[in-house]
Amino acid sequence: MSLVSIQNLTRVFDVSKPWLNRVIERLPKRYLTAVSDVSFDIPAKTTYALVGESGSGKSTIGKMVVGLLPPSEGGVTINGIDLAIETDDDKIESVRSDIQMIFQDPYASLNPRWRVRDIIQEPVVARGGKATGLAERLLEQVGLTASDADKFPHEFSGGQRQRICVARALASEPKLIVCDEPTSALDVSVQAQVLNLMSDLKDEFGLTYLFISHDLTVVQHMADRIGVLYLGRLVEEASPDALFDAPQHPYTQMLLEAAPRMDGFGREVEPPKGEIPDPIDPPSGCAFHPRCPMAVAKCSAERPALKTVGESRVACWVAQGDT
Amino acid sequence: MSAEPVLSVRDLVVEIPTRGGLLRPVDRVSYDIGAGEILGVVGESGAGKSMTGNAVIGLLDRPARITSGEIWLNGERIDQLSMRELRKRRGKQIGMVFQDPLTSLNPLIPIGQQLTETIREHLPVTAAEARQRAIRSLEEVGIPAAAERIDSYPFEFSGGMRQRVVIALALCAEPSLVIADEPTTALDVSVQAQIIALLKRLCRERGTAVMLVTHDMGVIAETADRVAVMYAGRLAELGPVREVLTEPHHPYTSGLMGSTPLASKGQPRLHQIPGSMPRLGALPDGCAFNPRCPKAQDKCRQNPEPRIGPADPRAACWFPLGETA
Repeated sequence: MSLVSIQNLTRVFDVSKPWLNRVIERLPKRYLTAVSDVSFDIPAKTTYALVGESGSGKSTIGKMVVGLLPPSEGGVTINGIDLAIETDDDKIESVRSDIQMIFQDPYASLNPRWRVRDIIQEPVVARGGKATGLAERLLEQVGLTASDADKFPHEFSGGQRQRICVARALASEPKLIVCDEPTSALDVSVQAQVLNLMSDLKDEFGLTYLFISHDLTVVQHMADRIGVLYLGRLVEEASPDALFDAPQHPYTQMLLEAAPRMDGFGREVEPPKGEIPDPIDPPSGCAFHPRCPMAVAKCSAERPALKTVGESRVACWVAQGDT
Repeated sequence: MSAEPVLSVRDLVVEIPTRGGLLRPVDRVSYDIGAGEILGVVGESGAGKSMTGNAVIGLLDRPARITSGEIWLNGERIDQLSMRELRKRRGKQIGMVFQDPLTSLNPLIPIGQQLTETIREHLPVTAAEARQRAIRSLEEVGIPAAAERIDSYPFEFSGGMRQRVVIALALCAEPSLVIADEPTTALDVSVQAQIIALLKRLCRERGTAVMLVTHDMGVIAETADRVAVMYAGRLAELGPVREVLTEPHHPYTSGLMGSTPLASKGQPRLHQIPGSMPRLGALPDGCAFNPRCPKAQDKCRQNPEPRIGPADPRAACWFPLGETA
C-alpha cells in the first residue's frame, strides 16, 4: 500500500492588493494557483522526486504534505489518514510524528542559540518523550561525533549542518521525510557525502522520501519515481530510466536538453524559447503550449489530462496521440 | 588565440590580515586568457574563485589586498594603478557580470539611463548616439521591443531578462575582457541555457576574452575552452577543458568529477572525497590537498605542491594521475 497518497491537490494563494487599493484603483481580486490538481502516490520505502523550475509549485506541495500549509482543494493521505480533515487527536498525533522535513538552507533552519543536542532532541522532547543519549547516537549515525552535541550550529560547516538537520529529522523515528532541495546550497563534493548518507539511512531505517529538487542529475541518482511539474501541474511522471532515456512531454525534453552536460564539450544548444508564463494569468489549454515546438491547435484550446502512456503518465495531447 | 594574451596574471597573491594571522585566499595564481577565449574557473566555496576575479578588476574589499604578483591587461600592468586610473578601465576594458542581476542594477534608475551613462563615460558620443547604442545593445542580448523597454525599471523585467540587461551593460563599452562571476547560478535551467548561449555568441563575435567563474562543472564543460581548478586559494589544475575533465591529472579534480551524480550513473553510491576543504587559517603543511588525497605520500606532507602556470605542467601535484603509475 502507498504510504502517501495525494489526490487532486490544489493550492490557491490570494495575491490581491490591500482592500483600500482595490477600492480606489477599482482592481479585482487576484489569485495565484500555485498547485493545481496534482495526484500521485508514494509507495512505502521508495523515493519520489518532484522536479521543476522556480514557480512550478514543488515546495508548495512539500509544505502541504507535511501540513505546513492547508490545501485549497484535494488532500494528502498519509497511512490512510488525512491530516486536514481528521478529527481524532490520537491519530493526528501518530501521523505527525511519522513526518519530518529537511530544508534547503542549513544556515537558516538551525536555531543559532541552541546547542546541537537540544536541536536534535526537540522533535522527541516536544512530545514529552525521553531523549537521553539520543542526540549522541544520531550524531554518530550521520557521521559526526557524539561530542559535537554540546556545540552550537555556527561551529559547523554547511555540509555538517545539513547532517545535523538529517539527525534532527531522524529523531522522532519518522516514516516519511520531505526533503526540500536538501543539497542545493552545498558544494559538489559535500553534496555527494550528504546524498550517500541519505541513501544509507533510507536502507537502514526503511524511510520514504519525497525529494524536491531542481537538479535533474541529483534526481536521477536518488529517485525511484519522478514527477515533473510545470506551472503547478504534473506534466509527466515516470521512472528515472524512462524519463531520462525517452522523455515524453515536450517540457521534460526541453529541460533535459537545456541542462548542461559534463560531456557536452563545445555543445551548441538551441536554447529554449520564452520563459515561464505568469502563474496569475496562465495560458489557456496546456500551459506549455506557447513555448512548445510540437503544439497543435488543440493544445491552446483544451487542457490535456494526465494519462498513462506505456510505463509513464503524461499530460500532453501529442504524446497521448490524441490530436 | 592571438599571441599576446588579453589578460595575464602572474603569481598573484591576495592576503587578508586578521587577528589570527595572515590569510591567503589567493596564493600565487598564474594564468592567461587570450582574445575570444573562455577560461572557466571552478572550485568549491572558499576556493578563491571570486577573489581572483575581484582582484583583477580591483574590487577587493579591505582589508584584503594584493601583496605580490602582476596583472597585465592588453600589455599594460594594472595591479598598481590608482583607483582613479583603474576606474577608467573598468567598463571600458573590463566588463563584469555578477551572480544576482537584481543587485547589480540600480533599482531606481531606468535601464536605458544606466546603459547610456556607462557608454558616455567611456566613449565620446552624444546623448542621442548613446541612446541608439543602448537600444542596439539591448537588441543584441535578445530583449524584445528594446526601443520601448529602454525606459523601464529593472523590477519590470524577469530574472533572465535582467541578467541580459546586465550582460548588455557589461558589453556596451566593448571591453576586451569580461569577468562573469556565477552568471547563471540564480537562474532556472532553461533560462541558464539561454544566457550561456548568449554569452558564448557575443564573445565569439567580438573576440572578447571571458573569465567564467562557476561551481557548475556542466556549464564549464559546455562553455569554456580552458579550465582552471582552484583549491584552497591555489591553482590545482589548468588546461584544455576536455582533457582536464575527462582525464584529470590532479586527484582533487578527479574526486570532484567523480562526486557529481552524473559520473556515478548506475551506481548506488556516489564517489566521495573524504573530509572537507580546510579553512584558510588552518591549512595543512605541504600540499593543501594531502589530508584528503588517496595518493598522498611523505613528499606531499612535507613539501608544498609544485606551482603551475600557463607554461608549466597541468596539475599542481607531485604525483599527477595519468603520468606515473
